[in-house]
Amino acid sequence: MKLVLKQMEDLATTIRQEIIEMLLKAKSGHCAGPLGAVELYVALYFSGILNYDSKNPNWEERDRVVISNGHYAPLIYTVLAHAGYFSLEELKTLRKLGSRLQGHPHRLSLPGIETSSGPVGEGLSQAIGMALAAKMNKKKLQVYCLMGDGEQDCGNTWEAVMTAGKYQLDNLTAIIDRNNIQIDGFTENVMPLEPLKEKYESFGWKVLEIDGHNIPEIIKALNASKSVFVKPVLIIAHTIPGKGVDFMQWEYQWHGKAPNSKQAEEALRQLRSMKGQIESELD
Amino acid sequence: MLNPDIKLNPKIFSEKIKRISPRDGFGEGLVLAGEMDERIVALCADVTESLRMHLFRDRFPERFVELGIAEQNMAGIASGLAASGKIPVMGTYAIFSPGRNWEQIRTTICYNQQKVILVGSHAGLNVGPDGASHQALEDIALMRVLPNMAVVCPADALEARKAILSAIEYSNSVYIRLPREKSPVFTTEETSWEIGKSQVLWLPKSEKKQFSGITIFVCGYLVYKALEVAKELEQEGISITVINNSAIKPLDKETILKWAKKSKAIITLEEHQIAGGMGSAIAEFLSENHPLPIKFMGIRNEFGQSGQAEELLTKYNLDKKTIKQTVKEMIKD
Repeated sequence: MKLVLKQMEDLATTIRQEIIEMLLKAKSGHCAGPLGAVELYVALYFSGILNYDSKNPNWEERDRVVISNGHYAPLIYTVLAHAGYFSLEELKTLRKLGSRLQGHPHRLSLPGIETSSGPVGEGLSQAIGMALAAKMNKKKLQVYCLMGDGEQDCGNTWEAVMTAGKYQLDNLTAIIDRNNIQIDGFTENVMPLEPLKEKYESFGWKVLEIDGHNIPEIIKALNASKSVFVKPVLIIAHTIPGKGVDFMQWEYQWHGKAPNSKQAEEALRQLRSMKGQIESELD
Repeated sequence: MLNPDIKLNPKIFSEKIKRISPRDGFGEGLVLAGEMDERIVALCADVTESLRMHLFRDRFPERFVELGIAEQNMAGIASGLAASGKIPVMGTYAIFSPGRNWEQIRTTICYNQQKVILVGSHAGLNVGPDGASHQALEDIALMRVLPNMAVVCPADALEARKAILSAIEYSNSVYIRLPREKSPVFTTEETSWEIGKSQVLWLPKSEKKQFSGITIFVCGYLVYKALEVAKELEQEGISITVINNSAIKPLDKETILKWAKKSKAIITLEEHQIAGGMGSAIAEFLSENHPLPIKFMGIRNEFGQSGQAEELLTKYNLDKKTIKQTVKEMIKD
């Protein structure tokens, strides 16, 4: 599915509302990260960059999307539903017994999910396996790995970062949602990551830094990442956790919490007015 | 007496029997597998020659991935390769895999249901002088609790070769546990070996008249020792059964039940912690289906230490003398 910019911006706001509605129904789950990364996913799935066929999820030539931070499930599911992998109606079943929408994504439950995830810091390794296999099989596909910044604490992440550099995996694009929060607080207080760009560069990566809410900038970086040779590419996307809901923005307490009905109502009111703005711009 | 149907090496008790490390059997088997199936890729973590994976690396360099000392990453990469249609074989010392990367194995391989073959070498006390830090005594427990994972413990180099070839064909992920030490190659090409199948290697002379009622279930490096014990006991007029229980998960329930029913007590014998090991697996099954006295011979909640393999087995009561004594005590009880 390919959308134009205004449609993507509009979809981003719709997805934010759907995330709030889902989490309200589920009564648990993660708010801040998913709300902050909406534009990243929308740009990846709806700008025409990603090669996929939601009616044929196992199509061999498809690009691979490995989601390393499985707690972004509400966002991932909403995006996959809009991409046509399953119905929007099913979003209401998030975290319920027997649902295909597990609290964290399960590959075998749901089409469009490449890897089961939840424990962070493991996605990049799996993406590297796929990128290595693509090289061995001489396939032209691109492997995308979406990560959080908290998981940059993990030793496994850096083992993988080193490996991608060693094997010069230019068919690999990693994206870090740099929202600066994790469960215990701000990343730089919990375990300082900076200078993150230089760290990756020193491991043999090409690094691009962008505003993670600016869809044209995201698209430009994703396109650029495909034309880099002999190096894996990292896109550090600076985002605002909880984006679109003022009392969630920058509040790390909203990392792993769902809104109650009053909070959800207020959040939806704010998001509707955001949508109203976009729609009036569209008119 | 030796079970004639199993076709063991006729020189089994000769001093001239060849002693080879099961790792050599694995290394050769991996090359054979690689020749037969181009989907096979091998991954190693800085112990390539020690695992005998250099044989595969030199033959198929484009299908070999050297990852350095990074076992968590290795598990994830293996999963990603499997997701793309490869059959990854990842090997290192058991203490590091599954010792260091258990959660990655659980999430990216088992929960993801990606088929990966994991080879954990240097398992057991037989690792010897390197000491307790390198003697994996917990790996069976770690691996057999995982859904979508089979666990096998070959008894000699030929079985190790058969194990890797069988694992390639198997429907699920397989953990192959290997010792470090050389051991007598007492099986032959004709000896059958399958994941999920145990072999009755030593039979009582006549099941009714002379059988002491004691059956030993044993796996890995200690299988040959159990056979030596059976032979010596037979010379003393004591007849037992010895079952090579290399199939730790899934268990060969039919064989285990059949012999449990014929026995008055069983002994389980392994170079592993008693908690969670091969003996535990058998006990879990028999306590529900045919409860009977069990003597667990293994490591009793402690670590090993430096020493020669045989010295250590004696020190930790896994030597021939102790096994024999245990059989005799069980007969009396």
